[in-house]
Amino acid sequence: MDSLQDPLLELIRRTSAEIPDDVQAAILDALEKEKKGTIAESAMKIIERNIDLAKQKSQPICQDTGSIIFYVDCPSGFDQIAFEDAARNAVRRATQKGYLRQNSVDSLTGVNDGTNVGPGSPTVHFHQHRSPEVNVRLILKGGGCENVGAQYSLPNEKLQANRDLDGCRRVILDAVLQAQGKGCGPGILGVCIGGDRATGYEFSKQQFLRTIPDRNPVADLDRLEQDVLNTANELGIGPMGFGGKSTLLGVKICAANRLPASFFVSVSYMCWAYRRQGVALNNSGTIERWLY
Amino acid sequence: MIQLTSPFTEAKVRGLKVGDAVEISGVVFTGRDAVHKYLHEGGKLPPEVNLRDGILYHCGPVVLKDEQGRWKVTAAGPTTSIREEPYQGQIIKEFGLRGVIGKGGMGERTLMACKEHGCVYLHAVGGAAQVLAECIKSVRNVYLLEEFGAPEAIWEFEVERFPAVVTMDSHGNSLHKDVFAASQAELARRV
Repeated sequence: MDSLQDPLLELIRRTSAEIPDDVQAAILDALEKEKKGTIAESAMKIIERNIDLAKQKSQPICQDTGSIIFYVDCPSGFDQIAFEDAARNAVRRATQKGYLRQNSVDSLTGVNDGTNVGPGSPTVHFHQHRSPEVNVRLILKGGGCENVGAQYSLPNEKLQANRDLDGCRRVILDAVLQAQGKGCGPGILGVCIGGDRATGYEFSKQQFLRTIPDRNPVADLDRLEQDVLNTANELGIGPMGFGGKSTLLGVKICAANRLPASFFVSVSYMCWAYRRQGVALNNSGTIERWLY
Repeated sequence: MIQLTSPFTEAKVRGLKVGDAVEISGVVFTGRDAVHKYLHEGGKLPPEVNLRDGILYHCGPVVLKDEQGRWKVTAAGPTTSIREEPYQGQIIKEFGLRGVIGKGGMGERTLMACKEHGCVYLHAVGGAAQVLAECIKSVRNVYLLEEFGAPEAIWEFEVERFPAVVTMDSHGNSLHKDVFAASQAELARRV
């Protein structure tokens, strides 16, 4: 599986340097909506220029190249151990080439060994499917937006949030309010209603694999997504929290079963520098097509 | 657009107010989590690092060495500033900073220190690592690189027309406080 290293290196390069088309379209749309001559508009213009420059120079969109999270759909029998080895080597090389910042620190000693490889870095999630295809998706999620993620336990008396969809709406909007511009808005929310504390956050992050214009097939969740998006954009937080019209670009919500005793709502925030890409690999391990 | 060029005097900084768009030209030093904690605990700055009338940039850049062994900044946007809130006021006071560049804004203690000692908070566009790296004309030096690693080291950059917005001024005003209050009121009407 050593042959996987090159396509994975290219996946990392492109994810770090190029915003997916759906996100870029949403950003251009947000730029159009901001009032001319405001600091919000000028922030969106800088963002637009930054996207173009990063792509043109093949350099990181954001210097925080983030947590490195792979999602792999593979057939049964796929050698996951070899894949993880290849992924780690690709990460090492991507760091040497500057596609990734030296971004991984030993939490006990504070040592940054400059490789980006260590416990939990990169993270690889495997999912088996009944297809010969191997799909590898990658998300690079920076620390600024990760830090404004929030997990609520319902009921929440302070927010008058009960164990129902209205309660979910209240806590999700509270997360937007608390985040202000700190997560580098306009952002995208990934939310999981239910689950335990770990799966709740995990599923909330998986929502970032969806594209911005897609719609939730579950009617209740679709309504909630549109409602939170529209309401958040009426709050006037705006790009970078400068005030303005675009606070969020998208809201993606899923639900997982919960225990009768627990009701978590887990909210992950993705910055505008939404680095998500994917490749379908063919039998020889080369890139057959890009997924976004 | 206001040009904020070195020397960053108290008079220039006192003349700025919330909402002003500025372009910064001159020397800035980076410093983020490790540096703030280190200084807070009494750590000494290398003698070449003079923060008096200077600007501190909350940034952990991507920096590579080129074939000639020179540093090249390939990505350099701001990091979230609020993590430095426990330390920033003290550092403004002790080291005589005139400006702090970052993102996301800071709290009451920093705002008070800005007012008392003549300093401003300059908000750069988070994530705009390429646009901002283009404004870094040279890497003059790096300090504490071995101790803290590249993202956390003190980098001395010469910047030219680096764009930022004054979101906390030296008169006690904070855009972050205002936007939070206004958005909280809007939300209260919608839940």
